[in-house]
Amino acid sequence: MSEAAATDHATTTGMSHNKLAMWVFLGSECLLFGALISTYLVYRGRFATGPAPGDIFDIPFTSVSSFVLLMSSLTMVLALSAIKRGDLRNNRIWLLTTALLGSLFIGGQVYEFTTFFREGLGYTTSPFSSAFFTLTGFHGVHVSIGILMLMSMFISSLRGSLRKEHSETVEIIGLYWHFVDIVWIFIFSVIYLVPSPTS
Amino acid sequence: MTATTTVEDVVGQPLGVYTRPRGGNGWRDWITTVDHKKIGILYGVAALFFFVVGGIEALLIRLQLATPNGTVLGADMYNQVFTMHGVTMIFLAAMPLSAAFANYLIPLQIGARDVALPRLNALSFWVFLAGGIVLNLSWVLGGAPDGGWFGYAPNTGIVFSPSPGMDFYALGLQMTGIASLVSSINLTVTILNMRAPGMTLFRMPVFTWMILVTQLLLVFAMPVIAVALFLLAFSRLFGARFFDPSVGGDALLWQHLFWIFGHPEVYILILPSFGIISEVIPTFSRKPIFGYPFMVFSGIAIGFMGWGVWAHHMFVSGIGPISVAAFSLSTMFIAVPTGVKILNWMATMWGGRIKFSAPMLFAVGVVSMFTIGGLSGVTHAISPADTQQTDTYYIVAHFHYVIFGGIIFGLFAGLYFWWPKVFGHQLSDLIGKVNFWVMLVGFNLTFGPMHVLGLQGMARRIDSYSPGFGFEFWNMVSTIGSFLIALSIAIFVVNVIRSAMKAKGQPPCGPDPWDARSLEWLTPNPTPVHDFDEIPVVESLDEFWHRKYGTDENGRVVRVASAEEVCQDGSAVGVHLPSPSFWPIVFAAGLPFIALGLIFNLWLTVPGGLLVVMAIYAWVFEPVDDPDAAHGDVSEVADTTEEAPVV
Amino acid sequence: MSTDTAPTDVAVDDSNVDDHDHPSDSKYFQIALILGVLTALEVATYYVDIGPALIPILMVMMVAKFFIVAAWFMHLRFDNSLFTKFFVGGLILAVAVYVIALSAFEFWSKG
Repeated sequence: MSEAAATDHATTTGMSHNKLAMWVFLGSECLLFGALISTYLVYRGRFATGPAPGDIFDIPFTSVSSFVLLMSSLTMVLALSAIKRGDLRNNRIWLLTTALLGSLFIGGQVYEFTTFFREGLGYTTSPFSSAFFTLTGFHGVHVSIGILMLMSMFISSLRGSLRKEHSETVEIIGLYWHFVDIVWIFIFSVIYLVPSPTS
Repeated sequence: MTATTTVEDVVGQPLGVYTRPRGGNGWRDWITTVDHKKIGILYGVAALFFFVVGGIEALLIRLQLATPNGTVLGADMYNQVFTMHGVTMIFLAAMPLSAAFANYLIPLQIGARDVALPRLNALSFWVFLAGGIVLNLSWVLGGAPDGGWFGYAPNTGIVFSPSPGMDFYALGLQMTGIASLVSSINLTVTILNMRAPGMTLFRMPVFTWMILVTQLLLVFAMPVIAVALFLLAFSRLFGARFFDPSVGGDALLWQHLFWIFGHPEVYILILPSFGIISEVIPTFSRKPIFGYPFMVFSGIAIGFMGWGVWAHHMFVSGIGPISVAAFSLSTMFIAVPTGVKILNWMATMWGGRIKFSAPMLFAVGVVSMFTIGGLSGVTHAISPADTQQTDTYYIVAHFHYVIFGGIIFGLFAGLYFWWPKVFGHQLSDLIGKVNFWVMLVGFNLTFGPMHVLGLQGMARRIDSYSPGFGFEFWNMVSTIGSFLIALSIAIFVVNVIRSAMKAKGQPPCGPDPWDARSLEWLTPNPTPVHDFDEIPVVESLDEFWHRKYGTDENGRVVRVASAEEVCQDGSAVGVHLPSPSFWPIVFAAGLPFIALGLIFNLWLTVPGGLLVVMAIYAWVFEPVDDPDAAHGDVSEVADTTEEAPVV
Repeated sequence: MSTDTAPTDVAVDDSNVDDHDHPSDSKYFQIALILGVLTALEVATYYVDIGPALIPILMVMMVAKFFIVAAWFMHLRFDNSLFTKFFVGGLILAVAVYVIALSAFEFWSKG
């Protein structure tokens, strides 16, 4: 046994551990966002004496930031496609673009929150306001974590330590990124576009 | 595996600012280990410690209630003690003890050398431990949680629970939840992805199957409680209005979220125990498990149906007649797959040459005591009856028959059964039998009378009762019973110490003390660091048994090989194992600072956050396998991995 | 990597593809265009009154976008079906459980 059958790197199903783990995690995240969205839906009409969702949502503005986030999914998949070809330069460009689009979305969210706050919707105003800020805040934190991961990959790539053989890392972080985008697709339709109660 | 650290590893390349830890047996090895067996043992030790803590809390409750107008605990302290008893037993004792078995045994049962993501496995344990510590720190930092383990809003809000106890509850449970989620993802991937050649899903032992179902329940249930706890924490810490009725906050929202998690949680607790006794009963009945596919599918069915019954905890919460009727019906249906399991265990024993060793006694204890708990459960599925029973001691009796009778007995069966696998010596079977009978009598004396008390109308969660309602006699019986349970735990501890002392200096017990059936016994006892000398090729269910037994020309079962011939001898050297890591414990160490910071002073979150971020980055850029580590095998040194290089 | 040559090569139409046969970049641009158009249509419902059909139409477009991203950008179309099972499993469970919970709040009639 000296030539030890080392820890067998092949897996039973042929899938990598990390990628399977990410997919299981994303399945789990469905329940997390489901609970937050349900909380919002139960409370969207309970705005006490504060502003109601229908009074305060700025659909044109949110449409633009939703579009920005949607397009960041395109740039993410282009980054993956580039590193799979071994095109590290384009990989870096698209990683950075994705991170920038994500930051733009977060910037939009910060602007939205500030505007709402000026219009009298604080975190503690009503069940509606608490649920709204918690749901969109959780989504924003997910996007921000995604941006950090993208920038970490970008810097690794600049230092030459993100190469073609690491394309699975890009793929797995991409899966996370697309999932966050998917959640926003849901939030944009159900929370913003479906007509909300007005006061 | 003796030569692992003979070359003193001082020459290790510094990775970042720290030197990568190496294998060994000192305390440093335990805090940096990624070995699933050591992590399993850590889980077991921590869980048994918390089990004793929760048990002491239970004894305090029983002392308070032993006589009318009890004065052992005040009302406020009583609330804290019963809340922490529930939280501790469920989240810090039963779940991690199941996790101990899962961690130790799953790789061995599927023929692997470790879990899929070894460092995350270490992370799960340390985060769990940090969560347990945070929860119990509340005793000295302003008062323990006092809103019940179910934490019903708005009773848990700042108005009705002004001490920081419920903050500790929200944040401490959040941490144990993260630990469970990470561990469940890890074990799911392990079971699906790391099976030995030939180990198809339907050749997996029932224990492995039940753990798989449990992990899937955890994967999908933990995020729900996470959201509920976030809502609670944000309400208490930042003034969110989720549960404030004065502005339209709805107490039912908490109840729904809590029980959407809470009912799957019941199966998360019970299925590992079902898995354990599904290994023990066939072994001691000398028969294969009866109806293996039915065992597996009923476990899966329980897992599915467990998601559709949560509102039966809310029959008197005002959820409306349609919801009550629907959930009443679904709850009755879930008794079917559970009944299938009980019948199959009995059919396994039927006609077997049963040997009543200690593990078997505990397993039979599960079958009988869990059945009683299941039957009283069916009585509350009938919602009109439940309206009478709810919030009385009848419910307390029911869930202790399920949780103590179903889970604790099962876990003790597992402890006695796999003790030689882990420690290389058996526990005394005679003391084990005494342990069982004292526990069985104590258990029934404690919880049996609660059925009567509940039907007489004694309410749960009340710190005292007046004389003259007829509660005195059965409460005293129950308190006496609880001290018998404590005695049985003391007997177990004596057994552990005595057996360890007797085994000192003796050679390890043989490889197959029970004439067992599944793959983990193919390795010697105690399990060597590298688990399997050679990854086995699996040809059937009960692979280990089939290697020992065959049939003669008349079709009769005959022994074809001794255990010593079949078992591996653990002599392999140079097996490449994942390297230990500091970062899991560093990550976990940051979380209590964040939790305490959120409760007391936000500045504390800064060092906590820095520790976490530092741990994550150091972790990411640390290869899974230390390229410089020899793992006792010189030839492996050159085998660097293709992970992202160190920055 | 078969897609490193012609960006115009709309590579994959059949389902018989393995990991090395991901769609080309131009295919990704086409997908993004479809997603963009769907988003524009969604936003248009805010300006054009389409009566009671609004919510069903919004939901159909949302689901379409959802599955296009999952199938193409997340590669579920081309990947091991176990990934899809976990993800769709979580999704179905979430929808089922929360729809039941919302029903218990009488959300659909009063919400």
